[in-house]
Amino acid sequence: MTFINYMAREINCKIVYYGPGLCGKTTNLQHIYERTNPDAKGKMISLATETERTLFFDFLPLSLGEIRGFKTRFHLYTVPGQVFYDASRKLILKGVDGVIFVADSQFERLEANLESMDNLRENLAEQGYNLDEIPFVIQYNKRDLPNVVDVDELRQELNPRGVPDFEANARDGVGVFETLKAVSKSVLTELKKSGAGT
Amino acid sequence: MVNPQMVMYEEEFVQIQTIVDRLVKEANAKVVFIVDKNGQLIAASGDVEEIDTTSLASLTAGNIAATGGIAKLLKENEFATQFHEGENQNIHIQLVGNRVILVVIFDAKSSLGLVRLRVRKATDELNNVFEALVNKTQDPASDSPFAEITDDDIDSLFND
Ligand SMILES: Nc1nc2c(ncn2[C@@H]2O[C@H](COP(=O)(O)OP(=O)(O)OP(=O)(O)O)[C@@H](O)[C@H]2O)c(=O)[nH]1
Ligand SMILES: [Mg+2]
Repeated sequence: MTFINYMAREINCKIVYYGPGLCGKTTNLQHIYERTNPDAKGKMISLATETERTLFFDFLPLSLGEIRGFKTRFHLYTVPGQVFYDASRKLILKGVDGVIFVADSQFERLEANLESMDNLRENLAEQGYNLDEIPFVIQYNKRDLPNVVDVDELRQELNPRGVPDFEANARDGVGVFETLKAVSKSVLTELKKSGAGT
Repeated sequence: MVNPQMVMYEEEFVQIQTIVDRLVKEANAKVVFIVDKNGQLIAASGDVEEIDTTSLASLTAGNIAATGGIAKLLKENEFATQFHEGENQNIHIQLVGNRVILVVIFDAKSSLGLVRLRVRKATDELNNVFEALVNKTQDPASDSPFAEITDDDIDSLFND
């Protein structure tokens, strides 16, 4: 749910990183945090287990700049990818404006990617969102590893709708900002459309 | 769209800020702030320089979301009030109209009884303001400034 504040002349949007356990969602946020100017970011919050698995969410507030005199702020969240944290994932999706699905490119994670994608669709539907209609991009992560599925095949399995998709190696920051830019753009474009509709 | 946008206008913002400013004084609080259920900070008052309100806003909303989830499991309505007691500071969290969250941080200069009393009054007032705000937002006459943004405007954000 975009929050337009006429008083502070700000718009706030919520982006959620989704995907199976260990696919690299938190790593995406960490890279963005490290590479963003101090004046454009707030503190990164990670509610994690002792083994650094996300327990509830990671949170990173970013400001992107101004559009027509309005500051654009994006709140980035990651969900916990482990299957049994489903209740928490549902909570994080509330009020979402755009979703990034981070896929783990390794062969042995193909099934987990598909399950997580189904889970995303279901959990969005519970909130009344249709995955085919909201701003959505896909990232094929861990491209640096040797045991990865071809991008064409991943695309076939995970991206039948043909949303913007990107190859990445989040640990080295490859593809991280490209993915974020694509979803942010899509969110703002959606805002423009809904603004025209009312 | 499923979730209508939340919009804040100057008129309501001033009313909300007035309520929040008064609550700080009347409850002898350190900080009072209002967050929407998605974690966006709406207004704050008191010693706000000392704290990271953006982080606090997102964590408070996460907290309310988690207890809301627990309530659902127990087939309870939402737990509208929460109180956490620390060694030096305490935090009182109140859901307002199931829409926004009113947070009061206070120390030994105040008491839970006083905070409760003042929060109750402020909650009623805030309810009215947010009610009006929602009606205004749904009014088709209130058009978005973003209807007119161009693809170039959006692109220019990303040219670094
Ligand atoms: N080789 C390689 N490792 C990566 C890449 N991205 C992330 N990792 C590693 O994968 C592990 C898990 O990454 P996280 O970012 O914590 O995964 P997550 O998706 O947040 O996991 P959950 O919090 O459990 O959902 C870490 O050890 C990362 O360093 C990548 O592109 N390549
Ligand atoms: Mg994580």
